[in-house]
Amino acid sequence: MNLGWRMVRKLRIVNARNGAFFNARFFSDSTTQLPLASVTVDPSSNATKTYNNINKNSTSSSLKHLELAKFAAIADTWWDSDGPFKPLHVMNPTRLAFIRSTLCRHFGKDPNCAKPFEGLNIVDVGCGGGILSEPLARMGATVTGVDAVDKNIKIARLHAGSDPETSTIEYCCTTAEKLVEEQRRFDAVIALEVIEHVADPAEFCKSLAALTVEGGANVISTINRSMRAYATAIVAAEYILRWLPKGTHEWSSFLTPEELVLILQRSSIDVKEMAGFVYNPLTGRWSLSDDIGVNFIAFGTKNTH
Amino acid sequence: MNRIVTKRFSVNVYGLSITRKNFCSNAASRVSSSSSGQSSNEHEVKQNFTDDGHQYDVAIVGGGVVGMALACSLAHLPLTKHLKVAIIDSNPALGKRNCINKEDPPDPRVSTVTPATISFFKDIGAWQYIQQHRHAYFDKMQVWDYTGLGYTRYNARDVNKEVLGCVVENKVLHSSLLSWIENTDFRKTIYPSKLTSMALLPSSSSMGVESTLSTTALFTKGRLAKLELSDGKSLYAKLVVGADGGKSRVRELAGFKTTGWNYSQNAVICTVEHTEENRCAWQRFLPAGPIALLPIGDRFSNIVWTMNLKESSDCKTMNEDEFVKIVNHALDYGYGSHPKSSSSGGRDMFSWLRGDVTISADECFEVPPQVIKLASDRMVFPLSLKHANDYVSKRVVLIGDAAHTVHPLAGQGVNLGFEDSHALSRVIAEGVAVGSDIGEVSLLRKYEAERKPANIAMMALLEVFQRAYSVDFGPLNILRAAAFNGAHYISPLKKSIISYASGEQKMPLPLPFFS
Repeated sequence: MNLGWRMVRKLRIVNARNGAFFNARFFSDSTTQLPLASVTVDPSSNATKTYNNINKNSTSSSLKHLELAKFAAIADTWWDSDGPFKPLHVMNPTRLAFIRSTLCRHFGKDPNCAKPFEGLNIVDVGCGGGILSEPLARMGATVTGVDAVDKNIKIARLHAGSDPETSTIEYCCTTAEKLVEEQRRFDAVIALEVIEHVADPAEFCKSLAALTVEGGANVISTINRSMRAYATAIVAAEYILRWLPKGTHEWSSFLTPEELVLILQRSSIDVKEMAGFVYNPLTGRWSLSDDIGVNFIAFGTKNTH
Repeated sequence: MNRIVTKRFSVNVYGLSITRKNFCSNAASRVSSSSSGQSSNEHEVKQNFTDDGHQYDVAIVGGGVVGMALACSLAHLPLTKHLKVAIIDSNPALGKRNCINKEDPPDPRVSTVTPATISFFKDIGAWQYIQQHRHAYFDKMQVWDYTGLGYTRYNARDVNKEVLGCVVENKVLHSSLLSWIENTDFRKTIYPSKLTSMALLPSSSSMGVESTLSTTALFTKGRLAKLELSDGKSLYAKLVVGADGGKSRVRELAGFKTTGWNYSQNAVICTVEHTEENRCAWQRFLPAGPIALLPIGDRFSNIVWTMNLKESSDCKTMNEDEFVKIVNHALDYGYGSHPKSSSSGGRDMFSWLRGDVTISADECFEVPPQVIKLASDRMVFPLSLKHANDYVSKRVVLIGDAAHTVHPLAGQGVNLGFEDSHALSRVIAEGVAVGSDIGEVSLLRKYEAERKPANIAMMALLEVFQRAYSVDFGPLNILRAAAFNGAHYISPLKKSIISYASGEQKMPLPLPFFS
């Protein structure tokens, strides 16, 4: 662990020298050719066949089949706080702190209240095993959790059902697109660490916007397509520290904050606030910062025109 | 329409909620139909689960001062005041209200509360109840030893404070917290019973979707700990707090290992009376251990005298007059002469260190007021040091003496316990703020990370004192005397000592030498 951290630091130092250059170049590339990150998987590939029961009529979805297969394989371990999803568990309080403060401000809720989200209808898109949906429900929200992986939804239901505070969460195995078709609307639409796993981020954002009521809120978090992110989120987290299974993330699918703001804007969502997550290897905890170089989270509101 | 109906249904009958979310997609309805065979079993499990006991957010085992302080702190914080709390303690004092007779002489079981603890009480609003009872602030303190080589005097004005601390009877601390919480609308239930068993079955992490009933039951129970009590009752809680003292049952049942040893020393404690009011805290190191004389209000003082086992049994059995005589002897010329108040010499020796001189550096050595009579029974307690290697595990956390039993040398034990309560309630509030399950070990580790180093530092420091005084050896005596003189004359060191001992500075290390 110690050694791993030292290596990360080394990588960071190397990056500090090159980072600006790389960032600039990739950003300029991407602005000329939006929509971006269109790494799609051939629907006839083996992996897709194996998991095509997950989502039979997925042609209309912005999801990637290979991505779904990855998550289905480790779905059992969602609630093992020392398992493959450990990084999400560790990061979760920090993500929720951001959501709490931005939504309380936007909806005029009392931040000193134990259940500030009472009366809010929130959808957690890509809810996985429900590690975000459950805290949102405890904070008083009426939560709908959706995930395209059937197994995730089963795990989420089973886990949430054992606590009366979270048993009211409505979990369903579906996609954002299908919720749009069903004409569902929510006060807040949250999609954390999801957009880097979808085939068409621009389409995905359009669906998120369509799910949001006028004047409603959106919260999206993802990983920056920076060299530092490559070094930390992929090389360090997947290969050195083994926090995440190898192949969890594909660097080319990441979005830079500028790109995210742009595609959200095209979906009539104005990003009002953005924050970065930084990891302190000494305390093992994440905190919010201005550094959006690797992990970042954005809060936006749906404009009314 | 269908959705609304099922939803309302699931809220009311919580046991059936798992499988009733079948509105959305085909996949979802497949799930509920496939698991509907299970649902009746799940229902049974949950029925048992809620019927044979009560469910709480927090169960505090041990309603002593530290446990009550946690309850009060939770009741005080806006984010935790909604929590449902159970307090388990067979002490009848928890059921009674305000049973303290002000005319009684003070109880020998007292605590020296630090300014940090006082502000904790003031913050929650319980200090007003303390003020209605006997309590004694002191603004001066004198520490010296039997060799007559050195002494240290502390004055609250050295650090621009009004007081160094306050001596309060434990029963006053306890009843104040109790009175305060009785006057709030906090949802607490007192179980006048003892903990007999605690069950926490692991939530099987690699649970398969097609799990059988037994794993489901195990899993379900992983969300709550079950406590069984000596009167046959049982209850469930998301978080169990062990505030049940040095012989903690929670610590034992949760399987926490401890490190520690007995000192083969006893503390003799009692209340004594003077002819006039004592306003200073006195501590003298004797060959067998320290003797402390603490003001407790009116003309009373409290004695905490550490000695070996043989001496302590003698002390308990000898007649009162004889005991008063040896107390006065121990606080005066016994075992050695008075230290010389060579105010100029000492100051010159350390004058190169820092220019500013504390007020107390000019104060001369004083002899404590004479004891005229014994005002309570003499009680004897064995001394030991014990520290739990871990303070937290899933759904279990230790606070106060259950986590750490320290030498009563500096009266720090209860203060460390209050700081634990304070820290734990803040961590729980942080968890509630972000919707965490408050029994999650990752959340509880924040509390451990905050309190463990601080508690260990204090324990280590007290241990050093203990060891330093267990040997009567010439060079060591001189070293100790040098330390006394250093603490007396070097003002940054002195300020740092006062600030650490009053609970404002968490660690003894960052001495302002480098500031």
